[in-house]
Amino acid sequence: MADRRYTKDHEWIEINGAVGTVGITNYAQEQLGDVVFVELPPAGKKLTKGGEAAVVESVKAASEVYSPVSGEVVESNAELAKNPAMVNTAAETTGWFVKVKVADAKEVSGLMDAAAYKKFVDGLH
Amino acid sequence: MKPDTTSGNRGLDLEEPLLFELSRPGRTGVDLPEAAKVASHLGGLDREGSIGLAGVSEPEVIRHFVRISRNNYSIDANLYPLGSCTMKHNPRLNEKMARLPGFGDVHPLQPESTVQGALELIHTLGHWLKTLTGMPAVAMPPAAGAHGELCGMMAIRAAHEAKGDTKRTRVLIPESAHGTNPATAAQCGFTVDPIPGNDRGRVDLAAVRAKLGPDVAGIMLTNPNTLGLFENDVIQVAEAIHSVGGYFYADGANFNAIVGKARPGDMGVDAIHINLHKTFSTPHGGGGPGSGPVAFSKALAPYAPLPMILEDGGRFHLIEHRGDKGEPGEKSFGRMRTYNGQMGMFVRALSYMMSHGSDGLRQVAEDAVLSANYIMASCKDDLTSPYPGPCMHEALFDDRFLEGTGVTTLDFAKAMIDEGYHPMTVYFPLVVHGAMLTEPTETESKESVDRFIHVLRTLARRAKSGDAQFFKNAPRYSPRRRVDETAAARNPILRWTPPAPKAQAAE
Amino acid sequence: MRYLPLGPDDRAQMLGVVGAKSVDELFKDIPEKARIKGLLDLPPHQGELQVERALSAMAAKNRAAGAGPSFLGAGSYRHHIPSAVDHLIQRSEFLTSYTPYQPEVAQGTLQFLFEFQTQVAMLSGMEVANASMYEGGSSCAEAVLMAGRLTNRPRAILSGALHPHYRDTVRTFTQFSPIKPESGEPVIDGKEDLAAKLGPDVACVVVQTPDFFGNLHDYTQLGAACRAAGALLIVVVTEVVSLGALKSPGQMGADIFAGEGQSLGVGLNFGGPYVGLFATKKQYLRQMPGRLCGETTDADGRRAYVLTLSTREQHIRREKATSNICTNSGLCALAFGIHVSLLGEEGIRRLAKLNHAAAVQLADALAGLKGVKVRNKTFFNEFTVELPRSATEVVEKMVGQGVLAGVPVQRLYRDRPDLANLLLVAASETNTDADRAAFVAGLKKVLA
Repeated sequence: MADRRYTKDHEWIEINGAVGTVGITNYAQEQLGDVVFVELPPAGKKLTKGGEAAVVESVKAASEVYSPVSGEVVESNAELAKNPAMVNTAAETTGWFVKVKVADAKEVSGLMDAAAYKKFVDGLH
Repeated sequence: MKPDTTSGNRGLDLEEPLLFELSRPGRTGVDLPEAAKVASHLGGLDREGSIGLAGVSEPEVIRHFVRISRNNYSIDANLYPLGSCTMKHNPRLNEKMARLPGFGDVHPLQPESTVQGALELIHTLGHWLKTLTGMPAVAMPPAAGAHGELCGMMAIRAAHEAKGDTKRTRVLIPESAHGTNPATAAQCGFTVDPIPGNDRGRVDLAAVRAKLGPDVAGIMLTNPNTLGLFENDVIQVAEAIHSVGGYFYADGANFNAIVGKARPGDMGVDAIHINLHKTFSTPHGGGGPGSGPVAFSKALAPYAPLPMILEDGGRFHLIEHRGDKGEPGEKSFGRMRTYNGQMGMFVRALSYMMSHGSDGLRQVAEDAVLSANYIMASCKDDLTSPYPGPCMHEALFDDRFLEGTGVTTLDFAKAMIDEGYHPMTVYFPLVVHGAMLTEPTETESKESVDRFIHVLRTLARRAKSGDAQFFKNAPRYSPRRRVDETAAARNPILRWTPPAPKAQAAE
Repeated sequence: MRYLPLGPDDRAQMLGVVGAKSVDELFKDIPEKARIKGLLDLPPHQGELQVERALSAMAAKNRAAGAGPSFLGAGSYRHHIPSAVDHLIQRSEFLTSYTPYQPEVAQGTLQFLFEFQTQVAMLSGMEVANASMYEGGSSCAEAVLMAGRLTNRPRAILSGALHPHYRDTVRTFTQFSPIKPESGEPVIDGKEDLAAKLGPDVACVVVQTPDFFGNLHDYTQLGAACRAAGALLIVVVTEVVSLGALKSPGQMGADIFAGEGQSLGVGLNFGGPYVGLFATKKQYLRQMPGRLCGETTDADGRRAYVLTLSTREQHIRREKATSNICTNSGLCALAFGIHVSLLGEEGIRRLAKLNHAAAVQLADALAGLKGVKVRNKTFFNEFTVELPRSATEVVEKMVGQGVLAGVPVQRLYRDRPDLANLLLVAASETNTDADRAAFVAGLKKVLA
């Protein structure tokens, strides 16, 4: 199984070779409520770790999605742009945001694994 | 709930389609004469094709707008407790005065000699505003509160730049501020540095001091603040910001609480906008037009926008251009709208001020503050307040009293609609969980406020009794029930479009 | 006091419940130094009659435009407003309601905003319109800021025939932002080559038709040139009645339409309140400033309206909002909407024809005077006249003849003495044959 890591801002990244797929977690989509719009970066855009990668909007809120790693966008999820509700129905599967060519693999290993993220979320209540 | 009637109507409540759905070819609501035959000077640019506008007769237009108007809540019908909005009675004398042809039917570019009374009115209103704020200058052009903020912050930036001081990029803004404050600062090219509040709901003076530096352009502070509390450290805040060469912008949205009781000019304020549609009763009209004159300190006055009015021995002059050196308007930051200002609102506001006088305006603040405190005190056994009183003209509740009931602030608000009340401002300020900001204003009788309190307390008890479903289903008696905002945003339909022609049925 | 229901007994009882000895105890958080002792030096309260008398006296010092022949325009136009308009906008439910944040009890406001958006989109020929801006000049400035956001380019090219106050408002709004406006010489004859100024750093070109001097334009080709250069075409209309006769901004390929709606439903009001119009293409929706009303359904499945796409706005997006605007011009938008509803398709076309005919008749009459020259080849209801001497002086003298003769161009171009003899003259359906005759006779006398 591919390695999946998490950030404190509730993004996930899954590494397949040199490319990481980035999305937001189920916990994050529950906090947002019904998502009505996502703004995704174009392919070729350079992202920096912790910098703004995308924007996700519900009716009453707009939140930034931060990039878990530095790297270049190779693809953004065109399906998601057309159907933003996928963030709510499939946040951790087909509702991914962008695929990023990871610049520095070390940045990934510094992120939380599933168990650590679960503990982090549980601690938020 | 959807009525069980054939028509969809419910007694006096009549369903009404869109105007465009009433249209029939050839109908019109005006009778205009035939135009004289002239040689066209349109240069062949005549509009081709149908514009698409509806054709409707006058009685249909009247019925259309009367019917849809009945779906609105209004201050004329009942108490309108929207915090931070100051929904007070709108006197009808003001409407009558604004419609005098000498005010309503005057062109903004008429020769100065033909508009002396109009200039005098603006000048007189300016005098009242200067006296009430204790500030030496006032700019009349801003069309609304946010436009006033833009006016004040542009003057601040212009003042810094006039001194060659171009390094001031940061503006301090409390986290509890209206969204217009950070949006305005950003529009003036500043970065926003948020200031946390303290446990008393005021701006943290130590945090303000810690953030000071030579790159601070100023602070934007709402006072009374958005939590309905007076910033009692205001003078120290002003001194702190001035000590590093910054300016103090005050958001005057809540001026109703202190009008005639205290003057921003005595608190070290450099600029403050006054929402004439709040404190001075000009009607809100479903969201505008507003009017937001800005009072300035001596330091900022030279940078005020154009046009400005000057009095010279009983004659009034409209200064429309930047003057040469030493002339009025020399340092003005420029023009921020096409013409002179919201004249229609000026007439109404002055009519209101003259009706109240200095004694009445002071009574306005006292009664508004008393009513808010009365609501807070009367509800203390059933609702929860994040900060102890006394409050100013707004009573702030949070949602701790709903904890464990399954009822949210939104549900509570919607249940108020069924009780015949417009909800208070909900979920603002953002720094208070499930906020309910309640502003009765001074124009409610004690009986009216008592009825409102009774409804609040009864609903709170009902929520705690475990009847969550009652709240979730609300409102049931309003013209429409809860609307699907998610669908509206996911698939925006922002205009009517003609239905596609029906396909010919196959024979 | 007639607007304050509380009396001494009420106040005493309420203070008792609050647990305060006096009302001043409630103001104890205000520093002593800032509190007003006693009353401010302003007159005491007055009854309706006294206030009405004082304000009426002030109003009487003004010459109402309608008190005699009036030919002023330059972005603000006097038209007949049907009686139904003022009656309807004074209904309590429209006049005294707030922004429709609780849609269940604000469907009246929301429905008229939805209809207004539709009417503006139709008139301008654009895809989507917002629920209105403050007025024309600031609407134009917002359009330029929007073009900056959409293109990330730093230059805005303004036509030399753009209303000078619109130009100045754009300058003010953009002075601390990355986009910088450039404007050239005043263009009196309508001839300027804006396409030549396009380049890879141009965000938008801002043009007006009828332009400030009254000339009419077809900007279709300029629009195509803008598209080829990656710039946006912003078309300004200050006299919205013209859209009943002239090719619309949308039909010319405009990306953004910014205009003034005062001509329909809203009086002259010495310059405000007016109603700013703003429309664009669907693809630019997310960068639009201001309120938008959208259609949806309620919990019972019935059609309903609601403010939507609010994440663009300041109350949610704060410093990242598309604009700091918080209000719209609601009641003026309603007046506009009612007037347009009464006019309908046929009415607006006939009104436009009446205006054009009135202007042609006036231009013909004035051109017959010795030393007077009409500068326009094309115009709608306003044109530029060249006089044998200072237009400012002539206008002042014409007041003595009972005629408001127009707007001297130099009033808006203070630093251009070469334009001193130019006068902007507007005519509308409100002008009679007698009005025109008075103008011609008066001018003859004044120039003699």
